[in-house]
Amino acid sequence: MNVLEIARDGMIAVAAPLADVSARAAESAHAPGSFKLSDVGVAYGRDLVIEGVRMDIPAQAVTALIGPSGCGKSTLLRCLNRMNDEFGTVHVYGSITLDGENIMARSMDPVELRMRVGQVFQRPNPFPMSIYDNVAYGPRTQGIRRKDDLDVIVEESLRGAALWEEVKNSLKRHAFELSGGQQQRLCIARALATRPEVLLMDEPCSALDPISTQQIEDTITELKSTVTIVIVTHNMQQAARISDQTAFMLRESLEAPAHLIEIGATRTMFTNPEDVRTESYITGRFG
Amino acid sequence: MSGKLKALSGGRAVARTDGRARARRARGVEAVARLVTGAIALAVIGVAVFVLGYIVYHGIGAINWEFLTGVPRDQGRQGGTFPAIVGTLLVVGTTAALTVPIGVMAGIYLAEFAPRTATTRVIRLSITNMAGVPSIVYGLFGLAAFVLLADLGRSIIAAALTLTCMTLPVVITATEEALRQIPQDVRQASLALGATKLRTIGRVVLPAAGPGIITGSILGLARAAGETAPILFTGAVFQMRQIPDSPLSQFMSLPYHIYAQVTSVPNWNEELIWGTALVLVAGVGFVSVMAAIWRSAQRKKVTW
Repeated sequence: MNVLEIARDGMIAVAAPLADVSARAAESAHAPGSFKLSDVGVAYGRDLVIEGVRMDIPAQAVTALIGPSGCGKSTLLRCLNRMNDEFGTVHVYGSITLDGENIMARSMDPVELRMRVGQVFQRPNPFPMSIYDNVAYGPRTQGIRRKDDLDVIVEESLRGAALWEEVKNSLKRHAFELSGGQQQRLCIARALATRPEVLLMDEPCSALDPISTQQIEDTITELKSTVTIVIVTHNMQQAARISDQTAFMLRESLEAPAHLIEIGATRTMFTNPEDVRTESYITGRFG
Repeated sequence: MSGKLKALSGGRAVARTDGRARARRARGVEAVARLVTGAIALAVIGVAVFVLGYIVYHGIGAINWEFLTGVPRDQGRQGGTFPAIVGTLLVVGTTAALTVPIGVMAGIYLAEFAPRTATTRVIRLSITNMAGVPSIVYGLFGLAAFVLLADLGRSIIAAALTLTCMTLPVVITATEEALRQIPQDVRQASLALGATKLRTIGRVVLPAAGPGIITGSILGLARAAGETAPILFTGAVFQMRQIPDSPLSQFMSLPYHIYAQVTSVPNWNEELIWGTALVLVAGVGFVSVMAAIWRSAQRKKVTW
């Protein structure tokens, strides 16, 4: 059992008044953090952009979403933490369950869901405050106030994001003084601090240089033993390097919604895809 | 070399000379443009320096302890400006206390909560137009609404409310614009961590927009401090020997003091009036400069 697992057990105790404790305890016997999507569709106003997505996202694995720009990968990703709620005109259909619990139900509080399903964005977006305060932001939102508790969480989270050694002596420094790659790892640490079951990553390396990209990829590989990771990427090599499962999405015309073309073990997808469109995309014939 | 190739390379040579001539012309035009814009900038700075220098040159002789702490004598031809300094501070302070909370909250509503509908567009347009209303119109409005209708009489509070009406659009617009400059993805990061919208605004967006909001507010209040027309009918008086003791007192004010002396006092003391102008300009200038310094220190920390 490593730090994050211990951390998560702690989180269940902390979040007990919020969550259904018995259900969570039963789930935690298995690894928590698996999604099941059935017939998921998304519409922007009247414009259906995604249709009929069925997929299982297993816990403690990396699932990569690939596909050309505009095929709805990021939109689908945002369904998983209900961030689409923030864009007034987006409607999500179908059913999405996290550990058997319907996350689209009215009774599911998006605020609680987002503490369980963290997100890392395309561009590093630290808050304009110190490194420490960035990481402590989520826990403080959860109501954790004691300095000792926060110190522990901040260290664990920064270690989880492989940033601790670089910043342990400058936690009070402003987050904007970090390099782009460090800022992105800070954002990962910030997302880890709420002790999520799932981490959603929307092209987390697209604004980074190759060395920073490598560090983030190493971090992802480290994290997947404790956190389910869903990553959107445009980089085929990246998907092949870090993911266990790959899902290929495609919107074949602007009039039609995007579909999930194929999903499978990454090795199979990249060596022996079933669909000819998957093969064309992966080998770089379009997109 | 074949004839075709030769012709081609010849054409290229011509093109190259053309290109050089064009580049030389472009450099010439650029030099002229730099000269013209530079000269205009210098002229503008020159005017500002001249105005300031003129005020300092004529007014500095009046500045002494009695001038800053004494009361006016001989209808303001002699003595000090203490009641006017205190009156200005009281009115501007009251205005700030009213304007900043209301303006910031209105700005937050417009930037963060208001839907983009026809109604909010009309509200925005009205606010922009409010900023363009002449200050004497605010003065008349203040007389009608606060002095007479609300029965506050000619008083500090009536004048401050009038100045608030005038300053609000500046503060609202500054707040809204400062908030809009905070990138969306920082808001999303906060929401994605399970923070509510209110917490996101309070903990992330508002602190980041703080420098912009405060600078905008100070610029608006600095303008209010120098206005004569809005306080003309709403509470400023020609002469007081004591300082105001209640929000319902009348008050002396630096800009009104200058106006009243120059327009109503025969043989007014020119040096004292330049001195009064100097005190007003120095006070407003000091606050503006401090705001600019503070803002640039903040900006060094925060760049998106």
